[in-house]
Amino acid sequence: MAQPQMRKPVEYFLDNKKFLHPKLAANYGNWKYHDRPRPGVLHHVSNTGDEVWTVRAGTQRQMDVHTIRLLCDIADQYAEGRVRFTIRSNIEYIVSDEAKVGPLIEALEKNGFPVGGTGNSVSMVAHTQGWLHCDIPGTDASGVVKSMMDALFEDFKKEEMPNRVRLSTSCCEINCGGQADIAVIIQHTKPPKINHDLVANVCERPAVVARCPVAAIRPALVNGKPSLEVDEKKCVCCGACYPPCPPMQINDPEHSKLAIWVGGKNSNARSKPSFHKLVAAGLPNNPPRWPEVNAIVKKILDTYKADARPWERMADWIERIGWPRFFEKTGLPFTKYMIDDWRGSRYNLNASNHVRF
Amino acid sequence: MAKQLHPTPMLDQLESGPWPSFVTGLKRLAKDKDYVVDLLGHLEHSYETRKGYWKGGTVGVFGYGGGVIPRFTEIKDEKTGQPVFKDAAEFHTLRIMPPPGMHYDTATLRKFCDIWEKYGSGLIALHGQSGDIMFQGCTTENVQPAWDEINEMGFDMGGAGPAVRTAMSCVGAARCEQSCYDEALAHQKIINNFLDDIHRPALPYKFKFKFSGCGNDCMNAIQRADMAVIGTWRDNMKTDDELGKKWFAKHGMNELINDVVNMCPTRALQVKDTKDVRKDAHISAVAINDTQSLEIDNKDCVRCMHCINVMTGALGPGKDKGATILVGGHGHLKIGATLGTVVVPFMDLKTEEDYDKLVELAQNIVDFFAENALEHERTGEMIERIGLVNFLEGIGLDPDANMVNCPRSNPYVRTDGWDEEVARINAKKKAAA
Ligand code: HEM
Ligand code: SF4
Ligand code: SF4
Ligand code: SF4
Ligand code: SF4
Repeated sequence: MAQPQMRKPVEYFLDNKKFLHPKLAANYGNWKYHDRPRPGVLHHVSNTGDEVWTVRAGTQRQMDVHTIRLLCDIADQYAEGRVRFTIRSNIEYIVSDEAKVGPLIEALEKNGFPVGGTGNSVSMVAHTQGWLHCDIPGTDASGVVKSMMDALFEDFKKEEMPNRVRLSTSCCEINCGGQADIAVIIQHTKPPKINHDLVANVCERPAVVARCPVAAIRPALVNGKPSLEVDEKKCVCCGACYPPCPPMQINDPEHSKLAIWVGGKNSNARSKPSFHKLVAAGLPNNPPRWPEVNAIVKKILDTYKADARPWERMADWIERIGWPRFFEKTGLPFTKYMIDDWRGSRYNLNASNHVRF
Repeated sequence: MAKQLHPTPMLDQLESGPWPSFVTGLKRLAKDKDYVVDLLGHLEHSYETRKGYWKGGTVGVFGYGGGVIPRFTEIKDEKTGQPVFKDAAEFHTLRIMPPPGMHYDTATLRKFCDIWEKYGSGLIALHGQSGDIMFQGCTTENVQPAWDEINEMGFDMGGAGPAVRTAMSCVGAARCEQSCYDEALAHQKIINNFLDDIHRPALPYKFKFKFSGCGNDCMNAIQRADMAVIGTWRDNMKTDDELGKKWFAKHGMNELINDVVNMCPTRALQVKDTKDVRKDAHISAVAINDTQSLEIDNKDCVRCMHCINVMTGALGPGKDKGATILVGGHGHLKIGATLGTVVVPFMDLKTEEDYDKLVELAQNIVDFFAENALEHERTGEMIERIGLVNFLEGIGLDPDANMVNCPRSNPYVRTDGWDEEVARINAKKKAAA
């Protein structure tokens, strides 16, 4: 049968100039300073004297076309037809007239889009895909985030934290959600269960063996068929073997638990960028609202809010008060699982007489 | 009218509460799409059983080797082997590259909606953590026509698999006074150079570029990019006395000391009587009132951005602008997460030729990665395995004290090349002088 004529893709990458708000295009690279007249609003002033106001609102990230059209209607009516999205899936409207800010905020909030996420607020959670779309998720992402943002709604709308708070969630240890002031990540706690009948057919066994970070996987003959075996004492339950070998079932509705990490920071301001660190684990994977996780996130945030000084990020605050006091103040137990034993772990140990009481 | 909704008691609970709900959005789509009715059933099943049920496969578009994320249901009827949620048995995603800075006009967004309503589920993520616009949920049959229309609008597909991936750039020069280079231009030039490596995966593993205009690193580049381009400057900080006084009048001495001076990581700041401010080429100062100033020793400043963030406008990045390049940031897997390492402390980014040099450097780095990384190894892991020195030699960069926190502290090293290396470095210094 003759192949239908296929269209060849046009390969190129865009210039963004045509999408910029005209005032942004006119003042490109020529901005002087900004301030924040109220939470959710940025006011930028150019060296030419031009001014723009940006109104930031939260979205659910995974949006249906009706929601996007509604956001477009708002942009066309109140905001000169231009928008941009932030790395945390907030939408930003840019207007060139201060008088347009009030009505725009009103229209957004009336339609259910909270205005906030600027300055010292808790911004929308960077998140991954979860049960909705990924092939290896231990939990959902959009649902965890929805319930977290419901709980942190006021903290999104107000700028009352000591400094910016950035959250992320990830639905497996690969952690596509990334580093954050507070990160919620699901962890497998049991080695993979192997469906030996399928291994020979679907797995590229040398690739799976090579993928394991602790060399826990060995080729083996099981019931006369070539398969794999896992040294369960060595296995760190990372799940890396699952993508190249789906019969190595790692997800487990009961034994996949959520963990909470704090103190990650990507900015270079004050201290260098840092990774988040483990402060709680073993939390149940409890849809649809994950209350146990939210309670701890809230507790950490409340403690940070009460105790940190202005401009201290979560990492800066903990650096000042020290980890023993972090655990004391948040009431979270420090367990042996928090003592690093992976590569380079000695750099995380205390080689000094610096002790906190 | 679509078919009747499956009961979704758990998802229904995600419609309460003040934050916008993706479930409400899905239900709106389900009103006229059987596809989404079954998708909701599929997701509810995950919530009930606490397991995911999508498996990968191979689906693509003509001409490209990647960019579509294929998903097939694993929820099958035990007896017949048929999908339980048959209308959503396939749920593929198209990754589409956003414009730099993720700016849009509404006409473009509306067109996306029309295309995705026609061919897909109607669910679009703006954006995925990799930067792509994620057109989520499409059957195998509809992938090609949906892609054709998106491509005809002027958008190209992003990367997936062992390829150069979709890049991200901050709002930067378009609306940020901290911007130290043209992020969008760098983004565009680099991506256009690597289109083939994006669309036809042939690298050992993924390779990501990210562009941030200053040390605030809004794009999370140092942690997440194999090559991070972070804007910075070399000369003295810009100052504005009028805005300095305005800031001080509002905030006062306590805040100046506690929130600015005290928090500078390198103690580059001091409060002085204006008449006592040091006279030196690398000292700058901003007035805070008629008699006092904040003095900045720019030789001590590491361009961390803190004081500039606090006193926006009163202080600002200098004029001699460019970027620091770091290599090897990535998420988990083999060796745990790694941050990028400085490989070029400063690169001019002012002229067209400067940007071409950036592209050249990127090409050298990707070529070295392609030739030297093991399969499924990211740049950060490769550098840990071979050592930074081998990497630098491989791409022809000279060592620089800015690349390390401190020199080596362990004695296990052969230094029999020492004399030649000293001679080489001294000759180079002399030639440059
Ligand atoms: C079959 C396996 C995988 C699938 C299906 C997958 C899928 C994805 C998707 C869809 C995203 C974008 C997330 C979003 O838009 O919500 C993403 C991002 C990401 N993935 Fe994966 N991923 C896989 C494996 C991995 C592995 C093995 C790693 C790490 C070693 C990894 C690291 C990341 C990181 C770091 C990001 C975020 C990246 C960024 O913005 O830099 N992923 N992944
Ligand atoms: S974190 Fe894991 S489960 Fe979640 S999207 Fe990334 S790879 Fe998939
Ligand atoms: S889960 Fe990780 S550590 Fe355990 S066998 Fe698989 S790859 Fe190895
Ligand atoms: S990284 Fe710097 S230049 Fe870019 S948007 Fe953030 S603060 Fe502005
Ligand atoms: S930008 Fe420079 S002077 Fe300002 S706080 Fe950072 S290191 Fe100190």
